[in-house]
Amino acid sequence: MNIFRLIVSEFIGMFVDDEFLAVSILAVVAACGLVVWSFHAGSLAVALLLVIGIAGVLMSSVVKGAAK
Amino acid sequence: MLPSTISWATAAPAVSAAFLASLVEVVEAFTIVLAVATVRGLRPALTGAVAGLGLLAVLVFTFGPLLDRIPLQALQLIIGVLLLLFGLRWLRKAILRSAGVIALHDEALAFAREASELRGAAARDERHLDWIAGLAAFKAIVLEGIEVVFVVIAVGAGRGLLWPAALGAVAACALVLAIGMLLRSPLSRVPENTLKFGVGVMLSGFGVYWTGEGLGVTWPGHDFAILGLVAFFLTFGLALVPIARAPVNS
Repeated sequence: MNIFRLIVSEFIGMFVDDEFLAVSILAVVAACGLVVWSFHAGSLAVALLLVIGIAGVLMSSVVKGAAK
Repeated sequence: MLPSTISWATAAPAVSAAFLASLVEVVEAFTIVLAVATVRGLRPALTGAVAGLGLLAVLVFTFGPLLDRIPLQALQLIIGVLLLLFGLRWLRKAILRSAGVIALHDEALAFAREASELRGAAARDERHLDWIAGLAAFKAIVLEGIEVVFVVIAVGAGRGLLWPAALGAVAACALVLAIGMLLRSPLSRVPENTLKFGVGVMLSGFGVYWTGEGLGVTWPGHDFAILGLVAFFLTFGLALVPIARAPVNS
C-alpha cells in the first residue's frame, strides 16, 4: 500500500514542486482562458499574453528560488 | 514513418524531447538498479526491474486508450498545462543548478547512498534482503518510468506522434543499457543538468504551444511556432542563470 501511496505522491510531485510556480502557471492559463471566452480576444493577443505570462512566472519563481 | 500531415517541425522536437527526457530518467533508474545488483546480485535487481516495467505496461495499456475518448482541443489544453507544470519545473531547477543555487544531481553519490542503505538493511534484516533489494529496483523503475511515460504521451498524443516519441524513449533506454553494461558503473559523466535544461526548454515550448492550441490560438507559422517557442525559452532560460546567480554572490 505504501508503494502505491509513494507512486501517487511522486506523480503529483512531477507537476507540483514549487507551489508558487504551479499556482502561477494555472493562474496565467486561467487568465488567458478568460480573455478568450469573455472578451473574444484575437489569437495573437492571447498567444502574447500566454508567452509573456509564462516567462514572467518562470522569472519570478527563479528569482524567489535564488533569494531563499 | 510519419503520417504526411505531420511536419518535421513538430516531429523533431517531440522525438528529441522524448529521447533526452528518457535519457535523464533511465540514467537515474539505472543507478539504483545497478546499486541493487552490486550489493545483492543480479536476480533481485532484474526481478524488481521487470516487475516495475510490467506495472508501467499495465498503466499504459489501461489508461492509454482513454486518451482517444477526450476531444482533441480539451486533450491539447490538458496536456499543454501538464507540460507547462512539468517542463517549467525542470527548467527552473536546471537554471538554479546552473547558477549554483542548488547542488547538481550526482549519480555516483546516488549510487553510494542506495548501496549504503541496502547494506544497512542487510545488517538489520538479512532474511528479507532480496525482497528489500527487489523493491528498491521496482520503485526506481516505476517512479522514473512514470515520468518517461508522461513525456512520451505529452509530446506525442496531441499530433499523432506517440510511436515516434515512444521510439525516442526506447532508443534512450537501449543507449543507457548498452553503455551501462559496458561500464558497469553509475553513468556519472552524463551532463544531467544540461540535458534537464534542454528538456525543460523543449517541454516548456511544447506546453505553451499546446495550451495555446487548446485555447483556440492559431499560431503564426503553425507548427514552426514550436521551434520559435523553444528558441525563446532557451534564450530566456540562459539569461536567467546570471540573474539567479546575482543574489547568491552579492
